[in-house]
Amino acid sequence: MSQQLNRLTTASEHRGRAVQLGTATKESTVRIRTLTAAISVALLAVTGLAGCGSGGGSDPNTITYWASNQGASLQQDRDILTPELAEFTKQSGIKVNLEVIPWSDLLDRITNATTSGEGPDVVNIGNTWSASLQATGAFVEFDDATLGKIGGKAKFLETSLSSTGAPGKTATSVPLYGLSYALFYNKQAFADAGITSPPANWTQFVADAKKLTNPAAGKYGLALAGASYTENVHFAFILGKQHGGNYFDQAGNPTFATPQNVAAIRQYLNLLATDKVTTPGSVENSTTPEAVTDFTSGRAAMIMGQTGTITAIATNGMQPSAYGVAPLPIADPLPPGGERINSHVAGINIAAFKDKNTDAGLKFINFMTSKAEQVRINQKYSALPVTSDAASDPIFQNPTTKIFLDVLRTTSAPMPMVTNEAQFETTVGSGVSSLIAQLVGGKTITDDDIRATLTAAQQKLTGGG
Amino acid sequence: MSSGLSTAPPRRTTSPAKPGRDGSRKRVRKALSSRALPYLLLGPALLFELLVHVIPMLTGVGISFLKLNQFFLRRWLQAPFAGLDNYRLAVDFSSEIGLSLLRSLAVTLAFSAVVVSCCWLLGILGATLLQRSVRGRGPLRTLFLIPYALPVFTSAIIWKFMLSRDAGVVNHSLRELHLGSGETYWLLGDNAFISIVLVQVWRLWPFALLTLMAGMQSIPTDLYEAAEVDGANRWQQFRKLTLPMLAPVNQVLVLVLFLWTFNDFNVPYALFASSPPPSADLVSIHVYQNSFITWNFGLGSAMSVLLLLFLLVVTVGYLAVTSRRRHDA
Repeated sequence: MSQQLNRLTTASEHRGRAVQLGTATKESTVRIRTLTAAISVALLAVTGLAGCGSGGGSDPNTITYWASNQGASLQQDRDILTPELAEFTKQSGIKVNLEVIPWSDLLDRITNATTSGEGPDVVNIGNTWSASLQATGAFVEFDDATLGKIGGKAKFLETSLSSTGAPGKTATSVPLYGLSYALFYNKQAFADAGITSPPANWTQFVADAKKLTNPAAGKYGLALAGASYTENVHFAFILGKQHGGNYFDQAGNPTFATPQNVAAIRQYLNLLATDKVTTPGSVENSTTPEAVTDFTSGRAAMIMGQTGTITAIATNGMQPSAYGVAPLPIADPLPPGGERINSHVAGINIAAFKDKNTDAGLKFINFMTSKAEQVRINQKYSALPVTSDAASDPIFQNPTTKIFLDVLRTTSAPMPMVTNEAQFETTVGSGVSSLIAQLVGGKTITDDDIRATLTAAQQKLTGGG
Repeated sequence: MSSGLSTAPPRRTTSPAKPGRDGSRKRVRKALSSRALPYLLLGPALLFELLVHVIPMLTGVGISFLKLNQFFLRRWLQAPFAGLDNYRLAVDFSSEIGLSLLRSLAVTLAFSAVVVSCCWLLGILGATLLQRSVRGRGPLRTLFLIPYALPVFTSAIIWKFMLSRDAGVVNHSLRELHLGSGETYWLLGDNAFISIVLVQVWRLWPFALLTLMAGMQSIPTDLYEAAEVDGANRWQQFRKLTLPMLAPVNQVLVLVLFLWTFNDFNVPYALFASSPPPSADLVSIHVYQNSFITWNFGLGSAMSVLLLLFLLVVTVGYLAVTSRRRHDA
């Protein structure tokens, strides 16, 4: 408030000066024009300066924390985090103001905070954005000295660290929660169809899904979130890896429309187009929870989901004993040059904004990545720990969690760590969404269509420069 | 106007006991105050107009000449000057960026044309029916105004639920009424265009109704009486009397409806979030995508400026044509 008042008083001073300038000229029209211009310039300067100069630590013992939405609702996040934050306050004497931000708004909010300098002290980011956000220079750099303040580099799992920024550059975030993809299947539906074990490869997976599909009875093999650009780009990437495809070359230049990437997207689209094993809602589901509802209601027998899906399934009231988890099936044999990858290194990172209360922020990050906290909070979120000491805790040794942890540790690859990764996700992801939407109109999607979509996506990306 | 009043010297001084300097100072003060008053009253509005509209707009124009991407977000005043590069990119119709902007513009124009026509037709129909004192006119008016009174975002999200394929009430009703399979995807493919037109017409037509009702009420009743004496039937009265008398109202109404529809962000965003299907890729969302989603604020601003210029040309052209026609009439 007082800042706003200050801003207003400076504005009026500037205007005062502008008025004096204006009265010096003779012609009235010229005077008005000059006046307007002067006022605009003055105000522009004032607002610009205010945008840059404000902020900074006001109270050394209070920080603001923007948490991402990990639970089934924003309220669930608040309920989970509040006792942990209270614990931190008890240990350090630092008070934390919590704001939970939905995923749809988080990137916008971070961009705004970066431009205005009016941001939180500590923020969660999607780990795939880390190279993009690193390029903005908005976050505190985790060089060795800074890492030392939060327990050193060695405490983190190597795969999780691979997704904290562009290779060769100082990371600007550290892992907080680990996630990976796996296949969830309905045990009863499998038993009814006479399927005794989860599919071991992609061919079996499609065959099982066909067996489980009976549109007349409203039963389908699989539910997807086909209108969610993030899910689509994940599968384009994961299947792309299995085909030996890359979206960026070594130098970081985009190479979207390669035959491998086209084949991977073809494989994904075929689930809807030719295999016809997906729920009708799959093309329309714009968020993962919508696809999860298809699974928990019994319409779909399988769903490909990240670790957090466990929470979403529980929220919908499905018992853990009713479903099984297996690694996502991989093509066998792999296409030439293909890699055994069935997940990207998914997860959430935590970062501190520059020119804020860095000391308190780092203490908080240290607390959140401590063993005790990693065990407690990842258990509550059904996420995976990102530090080795927490990963060895008995709590994470149950069969289900072990599958996710193994995938994360051995068969996951980081999304491209390039500065325009965020744009890569949106352009390729929305491209695939629109291909899926065209399937609804009964259109046959050819490889040329896929190639054209990828080429267009790449043009949008490079147009941005 | 005020200067005319204030500069005229008073012929009589009210207090002859105090002539000279004192009186003239009072006069000057009075003259000053009456001259300043309109500006003082306009001051706050002007200040906020500057703060809320003009400055952000000028900033946007400024940004359109910058290469403002993630590398300069934090120090955006230091972003390198890009000259006309952003504009060149936006109108380069051989590349995907320019081509998709052009497509988006075409979709938006079609969308605006359909919405404005439907709103106006429904509005004039409703206003004509409600002009006569039919029973239940009051409640009907209130009922028709409800969509206009609801918060936009909330009602658009409710529409999204209603239009969903599996659980939506639209498909459910169609199935119950045996009007089709009830398995239509309303928010995907070409149907998305129909859906967004439907929601926008539902939301905006009450405004047309309200404006046209007010316009009709200002037409003197004796004109209708005279027309009736001359033997004009209702249709002739409507065509030869009501429509011409409504021309000034229509001129503004159509323009306002067009600008609102063309620029609307809320409805498409609530229905399709940031990735609308091509058939509903309205230009406001398109620009948003090109700046906020792909973090290319320079290009997004250039597109906005181009749209602003486009709308200015359309508006000026429209006003020129319609005004001339009215003067001719």
